[in-house]
Amino acid sequence: MIELIYLACAVAFIIGLKRMSGPRTARSGNLIAGIGMLAAVVVALIDEQILNWDTIVAGLVVGAAIGAWAALRVRMTAMPQLVAAFNGSGGIASSLVAAVAVVEAGSDAIPVETAVTIMLSIVIGTVTFTGSFVAYGKLQGIITGRPLLFRGQQFVNGVLTVAAIGVAIWTLTSGDPIGYWIIAAISLVIGVLAVIPIGGADMPVVISLLNSFSGLAAAAAGFVITNNALIIGGALVGAAGLILTIQMTEAMNRSLTNVLFAGFGTGEGGAAGTLSDRPVNRAGAEDAAIALGYAQSVMIVPGYGLAVAQAQHAARDLAEALEEKGIKVHYAIHPVAGRMPGHMNVLLAEADVPYEQLLDLEQADPMLPQTDAVLILGANDVVNSSARDDPDSAIYGMPILNVDRAGTVIVVKRSLSPGFAGIDNPLFYNDNTLMYFADAKDALEQTLVALREV
Amino acid sequence: MNELVVGIVVFVLAAFVGFEVISKVPPTLHTPLMSGANAISGVTILGAVTAAGLGMGTAAEVLGFLAVVSATVNVIGGFLVTDRMLAMFRRPRQREREEA
Repeated sequence: MIELIYLACAVAFIIGLKRMSGPRTARSGNLIAGIGMLAAVVVALIDEQILNWDTIVAGLVVGAAIGAWAALRVRMTAMPQLVAAFNGSGGIASSLVAAVAVVEAGSDAIPVETAVTIMLSIVIGTVTFTGSFVAYGKLQGIITGRPLLFRGQQFVNGVLTVAAIGVAIWTLTSGDPIGYWIIAAISLVIGVLAVIPIGGADMPVVISLLNSFSGLAAAAAGFVITNNALIIGGALVGAAGLILTIQMTEAMNRSLTNVLFAGFGTGEGGAAGTLSDRPVNRAGAEDAAIALGYAQSVMIVPGYGLAVAQAQHAARDLAEALEEKGIKVHYAIHPVAGRMPGHMNVLLAEADVPYEQLLDLEQADPMLPQTDAVLILGANDVVNSSARDDPDSAIYGMPILNVDRAGTVIVVKRSLSPGFAGIDNPLFYNDNTLMYFADAKDALEQTLVALREV
Repeated sequence: MNELVVGIVVFVLAAFVGFEVISKVPPTLHTPLMSGANAISGVTILGAVTAAGLGMGTAAEVLGFLAVVSATVNVIGGFLVTDRMLAMFRRPRQREREEA
């Protein structure tokens, strides 16, 4: 009977995810999945022979309070780190469920099948935990967003992996439970070392992959306790995260191994520094207002700088002022703009930008040659023409928004320093590019004032 | 079939369902999809409440308590923040009608 109720909950997850693929049905989809989860928890509480009600109630209250507090007060600009933190907490929960199974067995021998699933659950859950919190630290600015590499890092990772496998085999043959804790400790370190060399601009891939891992950890825990709801829910999330991971790597024209192991953006390789002596066209609010105000069509290209400056509302205000003048305004959103998939869309939705105005790469790029003015807000690598023109560039082959084909390009950027990838951007030195060095929010507000006088 | 084999069958089929259901999500919804999926991965809460309720001694109780806390953070936080995001994805015309 309980199995059938769990099946109904799993169906609720599937229907919920299905409805989340359309803007109009998405909110109800999330609600359906949530109700499925609630029903499953209630059934589990009724069905299991629970002795420690205090522990469970205390855990539920503390967890709900932390989760609700974090969810309700987070700024939309900080969404990537919050999702990373939630991924990490899901991962460690799955790992702990497996750990309890080890404690529960005590000195009894654990069957090999169960032992293997316990190990998988511990490894995946723990790597997800420390990996996610390192990602959180990078996104929150606690740890540098630049890749951290040390000599022999690959070697250390290799040794740790071999050691974990060795301990796993020893544990299976000897049956000594200490092995599980050693594996957990090694996994903690592997999670840190796996994410620390990955730079900020690759975070959309990392967050997606950790999302997939948190699902796989739940599925592994489902094998440990023989619960199909966990296996189904975990497999769904594992698949969802994997799809997004693949889409993100395709958007950067890089392989997953390259993202994970290349330590991309350490400033080696590519033609870094060779262009930086060339002059740029500096511009201010008046120049930007004239270029935008006399255009017939404007494309706004947001990037991570928009999130850092909290400039989404200012961007919307400027776009509305342009529309009142009869100018067509669209937003071009590169798949890897920002720090997680869909990051820019969420920020602009918060600022009430209608989602019909948001164009993806395939829709926006063909419109650029007919666009009079492009306004780039804190984006860099996704408009870097060396990805198209320079076979030696580290990002060569990455699909970009070809903004240099538009009439005028206004780049709002805090300084000329190269973007995350450490690669100079030839776009900045073009004759039709205006460089407006300022914080994105200040620049937008001042341009709006200037626009009123044009 | 033993439980492990049944579990593997369920896992593989569910993964294919996941691929089919999710592969056509528009980029606009990628962030809420991810945080909603993230909340679903908190389904491990079912294992956590069972583990915490076993009454197997202090070590199991502490681990079980931590499992319940972290899984609940994931579930409650995940669904709430997804709802908060999706509430913003409305057409302005719809919003004006509601406000009128």
